[in-house]
Amino acid sequence: MERELSFVEAICEATDQEMGRDRNVVLFGLGVDDPKHIQGTTKGLPEKYGAERVFDTPLSEDAMTGVAVGMAWAGLRPIHVHIRMDFALLAANQLVNMAAKSYYMFGGKLNVPMVVRGMIGKSWGQGPQHSQALYSMFAHVPGLKVVAPTTPHDAKGCLIAAIRDDNPVLYVEHRMLHFQKGPVPEAMYEVAPGSARVTAEGADLTMVGISYMQLECLRARHELAAVGIEAEVIDPIWLAPLDLDTVVRSVRKTRRLLVVDNDWAYCGVGASLVAAVAEALSGEVGIQYRCLGFQPTTCPTSPTLEEAFYPNPASIAAGAHEMVRGDSTWRPPRRAYPETISFRGPF
Amino acid sequence: MPPTSSRESRGAGLPARDPARTGPPDPETCYRLLLLIRTVEEEIARVYPSDVIKSPVHLSIGQEAVAVAVCMALRLEDVVFGTYRGHAAYLAKGGDLDRMIAELYGKNTGCAGGKGGSMHLVDVEHGVMGTSAVVATTIPEALGMAMAFQYRREPRVVVSFFGDGATEEGVFFETLNVAALRKAPLIFLCENNSYAIHTHLHQRQAQSDICRKAEAMGVPAFRFESDDVETVYARIAGAAARLRADPFAGPCFFEAPTCRWREHVGPGEDFHLGYRTADDVRRCQANDALKKAAGRLTEIRRAVIEREVLGAVARAFERAAAAPFPEAGTLLDDVYKEV
Repeated sequence: MERELSFVEAICEATDQEMGRDRNVVLFGLGVDDPKHIQGTTKGLPEKYGAERVFDTPLSEDAMTGVAVGMAWAGLRPIHVHIRMDFALLAANQLVNMAAKSYYMFGGKLNVPMVVRGMIGKSWGQGPQHSQALYSMFAHVPGLKVVAPTTPHDAKGCLIAAIRDDNPVLYVEHRMLHFQKGPVPEAMYEVAPGSARVTAEGADLTMVGISYMQLECLRARHELAAVGIEAEVIDPIWLAPLDLDTVVRSVRKTRRLLVVDNDWAYCGVGASLVAAVAEALSGEVGIQYRCLGFQPTTCPTSPTLEEAFYPNPASIAAGAHEMVRGDSTWRPPRRAYPETISFRGPF
Repeated sequence: MPPTSSRESRGAGLPARDPARTGPPDPETCYRLLLLIRTVEEEIARVYPSDVIKSPVHLSIGQEAVAVAVCMALRLEDVVFGTYRGHAAYLAKGGDLDRMIAELYGKNTGCAGGKGGSMHLVDVEHGVMGTSAVVATTIPEALGMAMAFQYRREPRVVVSFFGDGATEEGVFFETLNVAALRKAPLIFLCENNSYAIHTHLHQRQAQSDICRKAEAMGVPAFRFESDDVETVYARIAGAAARLRADPFAGPCFFEAPTCRWREHVGPGEDFHLGYRTADDVRRCQANDALKKAAGRLTEIRRAVIEREVLGAVARAFERAAAAPFPEAGTLLDDVYKEV
C-alpha cells in the first residue's frame, strides 16, 4: 500500500530532503521556527539544520525578500515563507523589480534561485486581508514562475522542483488543501514546471480548477455525474509557465471549457487560460467558454456573504450543467465538506 | 556567485588594481580612478546631446571621491552594491570600462547585453553587483550577500552604497535592523549629497541626522566631515579588516558628504531651477578631490596616467559606437534561466 502524507507533511518532507541534499538551501520567514511550525510545514527543521539555516525574521517582508535575492545571487537557494499571501504585497517591489527582472536586466549574469511560499486563507472569517490569492498579479510578471499544487503528491514534487529551479518561484498553498491526505512517494521527485494533469476523464466538458478550485471541481464532477454529465477535470499545477497543450487537447475533444479560478477572474490566470485556449482553437466553431472566480469584490468576513463570494461545487456544477444542457435552473444540493467543517480559529 | 580568481584588467588597456593591496592609498591609483570616472562622465555628457545614449544617465561628477576611497580599501573578491547613480562605484571597483560604455549605447557588448543601461550596470567578476533604478532597493540584496558570505565563512566584505534619499525608504530601516540582528559583515555607505532630485534633506527629514538613524537600529555609525580620500580610505580599510577577521563582527555605517555637480538626471547643470545656487556647487568644486590627487603626483607621472586614461576612455567610446546592437531575435533571451 502506498504511503499517505498530508499536504503539510509533504511540504515539510520536501524541504527536509532538499536541505539534506543541498547545503545552499536556507529557510526563513515569520514564525518558521516557532512552536506552531507554520501549520507543521517546518516541523523539526530548526532542530535538524540549526539557526543559521532555519530562522525567524523580523516583520520585514520587503527587506527579507531583498535578502533572499542577495543570497540567491551569492549561490544560496533561499525559501521565504509568508503565512499569508496578503503579506507578500509588502515584498512586491523586490519580487517584481528585482527577483523577476534580475536575470534579464543584468544580461544573464545574475539569476535568482529562490522560493516564496505564500498561503491563501479561506473560511471562518479570513476576510479582506487573510484570503487573497494574488497569484495572478505575480504570474503577470515575466521572470517569475508560479505554482499552485493541489495534492500532497504535487505539494512535494512541486516544492522540490521549485527549490531546484534557477529562477524565482512563487509557491502557492491553499490553507484548505493543507488538510488533504494522499499518496506521497518517499523518494525525491520533481513535478516540473509546465506540467498539467488530467485528474478525471470525461467527454462532455473540460473543467480546469486552479488551486483549491481543483478540489471543488472534482466535487462538482460528482454532482454532474449523478445527472449523466461526464466532466473532464484538469489541474494546471503550474500557472507560469502554463501547460496550454493539455487543456487544448481536452477542449478539442469536449468542445466546452469551464475554468474555475481561485482568484478574481478579471485579468486573472483563469481568464488568460480561456483566452489562450480560444486563440489556439480560433479556427474551430461551436466551442463554449466560461470562467468563474471570486466575485468582483473584497472577501467579506460574515459567513453568509463569504458563502456567496466563492465558487463552490454547487455553483460550479450548475455552471457546467448550463453549458452542457442549456438549462440554467438546475442546481445540485449544497453540501458541507470536511475541511470547512473542521477549520476553526482562532487563526 | 562563486569565489572569483579573475585577475584580468578592467579592460580598455588599463592596468588592474592590485586586489590585495593594503596600507595607505596609492596616490597614482587614486588619481587614475578619480580621473577615469571624471573623464568617462564628461565624455558621456559631451556625446549625450547627439542621442547615441538613448537612456537616462545619472552622472557621478563631483561624487567620485567616496566611491574611489571605499573601493580602494576593498579586494577583488569583495562586493559593492551601487545605485542608479552608479558609474563611480562601478569603475572604482574595477568594472569593465568597455562594457559599461557599450551598455550605455545599448549594444550587444554591454555588461548587460544592452538590456539594462546606465541604471543597471553589473560586473560580477569584479564584484560589482547589479544596480536598481528604484531608490534603496538593493540595500537588502547587499545584506543577503553578506549573510551568504557569513554562512559560508568566506572572508569577503560587502559594501552597500546609497544616497541620503534612500534613508527615507522603509526597506532601509528594515535592513539595518536585520543586519544588526544577524551581525552581518556589511558596510553601509551613505553618500549624502543633500538632495533627492531637487528637494533638500531638511525638507524631507524632521530628524536629518542620518547616523543617528543607523545607531537607533543598533548599527554603529560614523560621519565623515568631508569626502577626503585618505580619511575615508583609512576608516573603510579598518572596517573591512574587522569584517574579514570575524564574519560575525556585525555591520557598520558610514555617512560621507558629497556633492553632485550636475543635474539629477542628464548631462547638464541645473542652477536655473533655483533649488540650489551655482555658488553652492562652486564651494564643493574648490575642494575637488581630483585636483588634490593630481597635486600629489609629479608632472611626468600625471601626464603618463592622463594619457592612459584618456586613451582608454576614447577607445571605449569608439568601440561602443562600432559595436553591433542586439538582434531583435534575442528579445526573449534570458527571461528565465533554463538548464
